[in-house]
Amino acid sequence: MTKDKNKTLLSMKVNGKPLEVMVNPTWTLLRVLREELRLTGTKKGCEQGDCGLCTVILDGKAVNACLVLALQAESKEIETIEGLGKEDNLHPLQKSFIENGAVQCGFCTPGILMSAEALLRKNPKPSVDEIRIGISGNLCRCTGYSKIIKAINAVTKK
Amino acid sequence: MKAFAYYNAKNLDDAIAVLSDGGGQSKALAGGTDLLGEIKNRYVQPDRLVNLKSIRGLDKISYSGSAGLKIGPLATLTEITQNKDIKQKYPGLAEAAESVSSPQLRNMGTIGGNICQRPRCWYYRGEEYPCIRKFGGTCFAVSGRNKYHCILNGGPCFIVHPSDVAPMLMAYRARLAVKGRSGEKEVAMDDFFVLPTDDSTKENILQAGELITGINVPPQPPNMAGCYLKFKERESRDFALVSAAVALELDGEACRQASIVLGGVSPVPHRAVEAEQILNGKAITGELVEKAADAALADASPMDENEYKIPLTKTILKRAVLRAAGVGV
Ligand code: FES
Ligand code: FES
Repeated sequence: MTKDKNKTLLSMKVNGKPLEVMVNPTWTLLRVLREELRLTGTKKGCEQGDCGLCTVILDGKAVNACLVLALQAESKEIETIEGLGKEDNLHPLQKSFIENGAVQCGFCTPGILMSAEALLRKNPKPSVDEIRIGISGNLCRCTGYSKIIKAINAVTKK
Repeated sequence: MKAFAYYNAKNLDDAIAVLSDGGGQSKALAGGTDLLGEIKNRYVQPDRLVNLKSIRGLDKISYSGSAGLKIGPLATLTEITQNKDIKQKYPGLAEAAESVSSPQLRNMGTIGGNICQRPRCWYYRGEEYPCIRKFGGTCFAVSGRNKYHCILNGGPCFIVHPSDVAPMLMAYRARLAVKGRSGEKEVAMDDFFVLPTDDSTKENILQAGELITGINVPPQPPNMAGCYLKFKERESRDFALVSAAVALELDGEACRQASIVLGGVSPVPHRAVEAEQILNGKAITGELVEKAADAALADASPMDENEYKIPLTKTILKRAVLRAAGVGV
């Protein structure tokens, strides 16, 4: 059994790479990604599961990294925005967001891209309603969502 | 956040043994989406979390015509929404699970956790309010803001039960397998929840160290029509302001037997017995459903800010029954 204050070894795969990191049992996956692994593309907002800024893909499914304890990710595969595309090789969703003006301040964008990616993997041709449901766990305070929906929809038509 | 230890349960008995000792200082962890929110708000401070996901086989969903539907407590809400047998034979349950929050939370949240989730009352969720449900002396909703509180069975605490899945399971007359140190028992969901008049510090009968080990939904007659209708203040994702879970056994135009459970109106999922009795054995018409809805809310006693829930609940109940019965609105 783990003792208070004693850190525990966590093994998981992040963006395809197996890695090990010492974590405190109270740490969330979000904290480990941002502060231990310095993957700060995943944003921190409400920390209560409301805003979706922290969305990552865990074993193929979108989750709120702020509501997953790091130790719950033991032996799991995590995908973050850093694994989605590179600056010189953007993911089709990223390109579409730019082309369709779906990014304003950009703070919600990594989380929404991960939700959209998780949706399209399961359902490559979602209806507009399915897209709306797919991003219903992500708040955007700038765009009013219509350009985001348009951008995701545009990818599915290609 | 106060420090806690994290323990991977080896099996059910191990989990129960660990959860039973230490006087409730250990908490069972399933998806964690509710519990972590409570810990972050600092009014729940466990010494140890017992991870149930390390126990194999508790997430199975199986169906057979003779035994009905058996759902492991660790099945996620997403798995419930995608299961073919559930979609076909228990469509109301798929609808209820689908209506819960966001994809992210449905992916982590489990059905057992959803049934056992704690109330959303803002005084309960606020660290600074020592309310009755947190073993304090006051229900702050009584003289405070109570727009989202209950209109039936309130007092001394006025929460509503937040689950969408529980009312629908109750409408399908599900039973829960519960295991503790003294053994295993099966409880009808109608007997699982606890009103604040009996105990205002918990929502159900589970004692420390007891866990839901299975959710058993009996086979439904072929002419059973079920649906779940939920009214949310915010369309994209929200808890129910009010909801109606309806399962009607139909016989042509007539309703042989009605099972109606309301969410968002009472501290527990509320079986609308009076409405059921009015519908039983009769042909479903707009007029009859109107009567049933009035009867269901006859005892409602709203607070300062939630009188709107009475007409809203009547409307949702009516629409749900008419939809289940296939009668045009
Ligand atoms: S930071 Fe996780 S949902 Fe807001
Ligand atoms: S672009 Fe600013 S929050 Fe979405």
